[in-house]
Amino acid sequence: MDPKTTSRRSFLSLALGAPVAGAALAACGGSGPSQTGAGGGSASGSAGGGGGGQATYWFLTGQPQQAIREDTVKRFNAANPSGTIAFTEFQNDAYKTKIKTALGAGQGPTIIWGWGGGGLREYVKANQVEDLTSWFAQNPQQKDRRFPAAFGAATVDGKIYALPAETVTPIVFYYNKKVFDKVGVSEPPKSWADIMTLVDKFNSANVAPFSLGGQSRWTNMMWLEFILDRIGGPQVFQNVFEAKQDAWSDPAVEQTLTKVQDLVKANGFVKGFSSITADSNADQAVFYTGRAAMMVHGAWTYGNMKTAGGDLVTGGHLGYMNFPPVDPSTDKGDPSDTVGNPGQYYSISSKATDAQKQIAQKFFGTTVLDDTENKKWVASGSVPLVKGVDSQFPTGVDGDFLKFIYDTSANAKGFAQSWDQALSPTQAETLLDNIAKLFQLSVTPQQWIDNMNKVIGQ
Amino acid sequence: MTALAPPVVRGPTTTAGGASVKRGAVTWMALPALAIYIVFAVVPLLGVLVLSFTTWDGIGSIQASGLTSWRRVLTDPGLPHALWVTFKIMAFTWLIQTPISLLIGVFLAGHQRYREFLAALFFIPLLLSSAAIAITYKALLDPNFGLGPGLHLAFLTQDWLGSAQLAFAVVMFVVSWQFIPFHSLIYQGAIRQIPKSIYEAAMLDGAGRIRQFFSITIPQIKYTIIVSSTLMIVGSLTFFDLIFVLTEGGPGDATRNLALDMYKTGFQANLMGPASAIAVILVLVGLFLALLLQRLGGSLSESQLEGA
Repeated sequence: MDPKTTSRRSFLSLALGAPVAGAALAACGGSGPSQTGAGGGSASGSAGGGGGGQATYWFLTGQPQQAIREDTVKRFNAANPSGTIAFTEFQNDAYKTKIKTALGAGQGPTIIWGWGGGGLREYVKANQVEDLTSWFAQNPQQKDRRFPAAFGAATVDGKIYALPAETVTPIVFYYNKKVFDKVGVSEPPKSWADIMTLVDKFNSANVAPFSLGGQSRWTNMMWLEFILDRIGGPQVFQNVFEAKQDAWSDPAVEQTLTKVQDLVKANGFVKGFSSITADSNADQAVFYTGRAAMMVHGAWTYGNMKTAGGDLVTGGHLGYMNFPPVDPSTDKGDPSDTVGNPGQYYSISSKATDAQKQIAQKFFGTTVLDDTENKKWVASGSVPLVKGVDSQFPTGVDGDFLKFIYDTSANAKGFAQSWDQALSPTQAETLLDNIAKLFQLSVTPQQWIDNMNKVIGQ
Repeated sequence: MTALAPPVVRGPTTTAGGASVKRGAVTWMALPALAIYIVFAVVPLLGVLVLSFTTWDGIGSIQASGLTSWRRVLTDPGLPHALWVTFKIMAFTWLIQTPISLLIGVFLAGHQRYREFLAALFFIPLLLSSAAIAITYKALLDPNFGLGPGLHLAFLTQDWLGSAQLAFAVVMFVVSWQFIPFHSLIYQGAIRQIPKSIYEAAMLDGAGRIRQFFSITIPQIKYTIIVSSTLMIVGSLTFFDLIFVLTEGGPGDATRNLALDMYKTGFQANLMGPASAIAVILVLVGLFLALLLQRLGGSLSESQLEGA
């Protein structure tokens, strides 16, 4: 496993330099409205036609994304009866384990749905995925029409191994205007000091300040990503990513961890947050039912809050903004920076037959993110990672939100990929584990830093 | 993980000769079971042992790396913690389940009115899958939308799965709730086999109900207690599904036992070598405990059914 020798791809810097960026679905994804038991997975194949062979494709469940993915495959199959794609759908966490095991056993699908970053790097190291660099060279329009920042997490050592697809979704600071009015708060926080003041104010009014699905762990991580970027700038995590020794020892990290623990101690998060999961959307429910005033969560939660949250969205009561600066006078990070996932990523298995690979390439070239799919993404309240898609945005609350997401992504000086996706699975697991303990107050910031320094580069 | 054969009752005549001709035939009949056991238990076990001396991320190629994985596992503070959690679960589940299942078993073995009906009620948890139980409890215990807040009962509105002690207690409770029916069933069967004449004799001698329970019931079902305890203790080593769905080992690592530690190391952190080392430790602990319990059972007494 040891990647100390291999030079780390600096996709972050790629993303940082890009003027337009995108984000993507679930950081770790729980966009599924229903939680299924571990190990679930329901096969729903499309009719496998004819002589040209059949490619296979595995992706995630969870509406509305699932229906759009299915529709795209079905439209491709209808247009190409000689070489079709059969798909199988998996629940998020089950998929993560399943795909790994299947690839290890040589039983993987032709088209591998993924999150890019550290996970993709593992596939590349094990020669499991095709190099798509030459395909992009032959189809330059496919590269040009996508947000440049989306390619960072698809690139390993200068080569592109995945097709950036689907949507961009930065992490957003949401607040409930109805609750703000009720408690007599007029404005969302503009700094960390404001946040701490608001925490006291909401607590004394018996409203939880922030909703958080702490059991899912990556939800807590979003807080650290923002605070660290604001305090120390993007270079701090970049150093970790590049496996520099003791990179977590940067003073900004300790400040970040201390701030988060201060917030936990001040009861900044809803009571019982450690037992709330994001996969069941319970954290969103706490927020949209008014039990909590604010929530830091992915842009992908908008659709669910709209359908499940009564008049919160439709009545214009949902406030949203980029995460505020920590302390504008000392912050090293740019306040326009955002975090999230710059896209979802489709790879082609190197173990597939040539016929299957051709079907997959045709699928990538003709149907993925075509006009029909883009319209569906926009209608579902997401921004596909395609340039100029803002011209399709509707008017009204949905259009305003989409415009906000598009602009946040486009104007961000830095767009950092979620840490657990950017790092190798080994580091990511240690990271998530320690983040959970940090929020439990069962490790000190210094212990956290020591634990994390130990696994750098693994 | 550990397949557990029912404990062999050690009688004084186990190795008596004189039946060697028949024995050959019996050996042949054991072959299919043995073949299955070797293919599905021994071979994977050896595979895991081999893997524990390698480095493998589950996708790429497997590389021999000597003791690296073992060193990593044995120096990780997570291991003693996971062991401690495992032993706590083992001790508490045994302490909670044994007396309750024994009492329910005694009750069900009697002839009270509505007994069949109550017995059917008691056995319901046995019919549910662990995942279903875990999801249900998780929903019931939700601090915002669960039973407590729903009924406005303050004492039920706790951070059940979010605080380390409470989460552990909840795991204990749910595990017990799930498995007590099973052990009650075992005890019920054992108690019914005790000859009535013993109780009648005791009654004539003036022994009360409690005296009968301690002087007749308990000694008579001693081996059943050992069987049930073995199942509980060795079973508790490998609790996985319920805890995984309920708490995922959290909060923090408060309920992360060896089995969860193994899964997380292997399938989430992609460290198959160290995960295999943990698996080997799990197997060794399981075998040691099973052996210990068998020894304990053997040395207690020679005859089981006095007076029968």
